[in-house]
Amino acid sequence: MPLGERSGLKPAEQMRKYLGEALLEAARENPQVVVLDGDLSNSTGASTVREAFPERFFNMGIAESNMVSVSAGLAACGYIPFATSLTTFLLCNAYDQIRLSVAIAGLNVKLAGSHSGLTTGREGPSSMSIEDFSLLGGLPTFTILVPSDPIMMRKAVKAAVEHVGPVFIRSSREAMPYIYDENAPFAIGKANLLRQGKDVTIIACGLMVAVALDAALILAEEGIQARVLDMHTLRPLDDAAIKAAAWETGAIVTAEEQLIRGGMGSAVAQVLAECCPTPMRFVGLKDEYPCSGSLEELMRKYHLMPEDVAKAARQAIAAKVR
Amino acid sequence: MVTTSSKSEQCVGNDAERYRDIARRVRLDILEITLRPGGHVSSCFSAVEIMVALYFGGIVRYRPEQPHWSERDRVILSKGHAAPGFYTILAHAGYFPISELSKFRMLDTGFHGHPVQDALPGVEFTSGSLGQGLSFGFGQALAARLSKLDYRVYVIMGDGECQEGQVWEAAMAAAHFKTANLVAIVDHNKYQQTGPISREMSFTPFAEKWQSFGWHVEEADGHDVMDLLRALRALQQVNDKPSIIIAHTVKGKGVSFVEKDYTFHGKALNKEQLEKAREEILCH
Repeated sequence: MPLGERSGLKPAEQMRKYLGEALLEAARENPQVVVLDGDLSNSTGASTVREAFPERFFNMGIAESNMVSVSAGLAACGYIPFATSLTTFLLCNAYDQIRLSVAIAGLNVKLAGSHSGLTTGREGPSSMSIEDFSLLGGLPTFTILVPSDPIMMRKAVKAAVEHVGPVFIRSSREAMPYIYDENAPFAIGKANLLRQGKDVTIIACGLMVAVALDAALILAEEGIQARVLDMHTLRPLDDAAIKAAAWETGAIVTAEEQLIRGGMGSAVAQVLAECCPTPMRFVGLKDEYPCSGSLEELMRKYHLMPEDVAKAARQAIAAKVR
Repeated sequence: MVTTSSKSEQCVGNDAERYRDIARRVRLDILEITLRPGGHVSSCFSAVEIMVALYFGGIVRYRPEQPHWSERDRVILSKGHAAPGFYTILAHAGYFPISELSKFRMLDTGFHGHPVQDALPGVEFTSGSLGQGLSFGFGQALAARLSKLDYRVYVIMGDGECQEGQVWEAAMAAAHFKTANLVAIVDHNKYQQTGPISREMSFTPFAEKWQSFGWHVEEADGHDVMDLLRALRALQQVNDKPSIIIAHTVKGKGVSFVEKDYTFHGKALNKEQLEKAREEILCH
């Protein structure tokens, strides 16, 4: 199931390749950048740095808690460490360290997690990372970036290096198609408007952005003009873009590849509940752990396909107060 | 190692009586500042001489007037519950006036119940969840190597803290990367919150564990500053592995009724107990 097929998006390689390239570029441009690995650099893409800059690459072994605190120590001495692993190991195994050594101290540590969401597929639920936003979203001082294509990945890593403070970058095993060209803007906390529309807004992140664009085409065939926002920064959230979408289109669908409870949609709803309650529908994983399967099988089973997003949009529109 | 700090240069003479006097004043201040807001007095008292040796024995290079001096040695308090002891030492070392210590645990001050990095000058690490300081210090030790600086990192840990798995992750990694500029000092007072370590969760043989992880191990009397200084100087000769000093200490050292009663962990003394404790410390 090629993502963004309906929209004719140009296929790309797996996102981890682009994470590896972006880390390499960051290491090349900035001598303060160092990369730490939880013995998965050939899975995450970080091995690029191991090859090019071995003196600034540290395999910390299969010990994520230590890796995150070591990163904090390096950051306290002026380095810009990227702690890398599969997202679920990184966030779950080292949560106390992320909170105490990184978030409370506000240290300049970057966490780059690969294989996020459902993209470990057949490996089963233990290696899926579908609680990311509920884990990190509540940590003051953290910035959370969810790139949706290869261009955004490179720009997100660059922005993370430039930003002083803790950053999490949600990378993926999946091949996400090209949505952007090289000149596309990327500013932390500023959502990208991908498609203008007046009837409903689909707010998506990560691989669901391509799905949202396909959904917008389905809706267009029915005469429904859907706005699509790429919410590449989940924290700080672009409140202004969310409010404008609510005022101008009157209905919101959120689409994310993680659990809905505690996810991006919850945060969007919180913004709107205070200023302008708006009919919403939430596309994402319901309150259960997924089974093993290919990404396509999982997306069909758990209703993350373009048709599901389009259906949610119709429901949100129907709920508008006439 | 000769300190470049003007403040601690005055303390270079190995005058045992002078160290005893500093330790006495530090204990009295700890009693004072924890009276109202509470604090882990007994966990501080076991670590007093360790911190006196580091800051007043010419071991740690520091400049109180320049707390972020890039070549300073780093001191990481991993057993964060010894915060009142640590703050008191920092005050006596000149990082802030001793009178400031009355702000301990008070609203809108940097004197947090457990240390928060840079909330006060001289506080390098946020602690309070045990087990993280050795990894953090190891990261700083790696940074020294990358920056080609020769500072050392001293991590003060509790013995109960070594029940945390992360400590052994750090032990493994620091030995693997041969960070000889990393020094752990364990305040081995033999007690954890609910009782003696030997009863609750023993980890003997302790020194052998560190040795088998590839560390240079020194043992010392943790209440004899001269002996601690001997150990701290001895490990400066080691250049291919990290070092640890197992400092044998007594929880609540200096106050007989606290030494005898481990339930004082986490409890400050009341007014009456404080008077009695003060007398004992002054007469010691």
